[in-house]
Amino acid sequence: MIDLFDKHKGIVDRFTRMMQMGVNAVGVTNDRILSPTRAMINGRETILAGTNNYMGITMDADCIKAGQDAMVEFGTGTTGSRVANGSYSLHTELERKLATFLNRKHCIVFTTGYQANLGMMSGLAGPKDTIFLDADSHSSIYDGCTLSGAKLVRFRHNDATDLDRRMARSEGEEGGRLVVVEGIYSMLGDRSPLADFVELKKKHGFQLLADEAHSFGVLGPHGRGLADEAGLEEDVDFVVGTFSKSVGAIGGFGAGNHPMFETLRYAMRPYMFTASSSPAAIATALAAIKKLAAEPQRRERLRANSARLFDGFRALGLEIGCNVVSPVIAVKCADEVSTIAMWNALLEAGVYVNIALPPGTPNKLCLLRCSVSAAHTFDDIDRIISLFRTVVARKAAA
Amino acid sequence: MTARQETIDQICKLLTPFNSSAKTLNADTDISTDLNIDSVAVMDFVMEVEDHFDIEIPLNVVSETRTIGELAAVVEKRNQKA
Repeated sequence: MIDLFDKHKGIVDRFTRMMQMGVNAVGVTNDRILSPTRAMINGRETILAGTNNYMGITMDADCIKAGQDAMVEFGTGTTGSRVANGSYSLHTELERKLATFLNRKHCIVFTTGYQANLGMMSGLAGPKDTIFLDADSHSSIYDGCTLSGAKLVRFRHNDATDLDRRMARSEGEEGGRLVVVEGIYSMLGDRSPLADFVELKKKHGFQLLADEAHSFGVLGPHGRGLADEAGLEEDVDFVVGTFSKSVGAIGGFGAGNHPMFETLRYAMRPYMFTASSSPAAIATALAAIKKLAAEPQRRERLRANSARLFDGFRALGLEIGCNVVSPVIAVKCADEVSTIAMWNALLEAGVYVNIALPPGTPNKLCLLRCSVSAAHTFDDIDRIISLFRTVVARKAAA
Repeated sequence: MTARQETIDQICKLLTPFNSSAKTLNADTDISTDLNIDSVAVMDFVMEVEDHFDIEIPLNVVSETRTIGELAAVVEKRNQKA
């Protein structure tokens, strides 16, 4: 008998080496959450700078109250999918409100952000179609593409000229073409050059989807994401997003103006064959989206905090993942072993950031990835900079 | 030299920068398991192959191709198509 686990021995070796160097960097336990930016980890109060809690909305009193009320009124769970059990009025209300916020005609809510990408990719594209996806796309996009059965063509990250060349190679084939980009890329924090892709649309005539997971609530005058910031929303056919970051809940959405958009509900397995979001999750998302619309100062605060951390890291001479201010600020490190060591030293000193290693990163990069929150104070940001000065900049200089 | 061997040689040359192991490359080398190259690096390597031969190798095809010899067959088939 061949043990099915044999193939995972490489993972065990890598994990063992990491554990010999300290704590589990990819499985930290937060014993208590004190605020959107503080937790007790290993008995120590720790600044959270790796939780994608961009708006710092997770402990908001109104959102918590909305979740509590919904749980009392509708119960703990929905016990089935919307196709089988029907929807709760909360689901349809959220879809309506979110469509209004997004300025789109249609919106479909999913149980997680991961499933939103699985559903949208596989609902939009089928075996005769081609999906062109940015090389740095999130795994949920890759998995959704695989589920679709479409032909998958990967183009060089943020490179519309490369996409142009690859589209030319498949010119004349049957089926539709979907191009997938992200508003902010999760590992390096860089934005998609959306105008370049929109320009290419005129030449090749494809449909364009933007995953705004890290940019929804964050970018644009209305907080709708990169397309909002770039003034190109009309050229983006479909938008995907998540409730697990700036919305501080769990769930995801797909939205668009296509007159047949609603038919996707009956064509997306990750929507049809899973239980719908719990009442509390939906109600907190509803309350949070109201806040995102009414409180643009949260975006301003996030921008100011991001700029402060970005400038501080630059002054230390650290190499950052992208050259524009972004709420994702990733510091490039030399190799896996030193990255794990520095990550442990940062945690011991009282700041939690993400460790990001290949193949989860592009170009074999080892990263200490920070995500900034509107709820961070300038003192928090300065403390993070100071710890990176001690732990990371000194190490790099050595 | 046969056309197939020439394709294999060119693929080996493209694969060399991705091969951090001491193993020598030949037609029977399993790109992923023999060389311990991760899934993203395999896709990056295939992009180089696509550009070198000016052909399209969809990811669906990549996932079904294991050895350098198999990849050479894919390249030749797609070259004929073009």
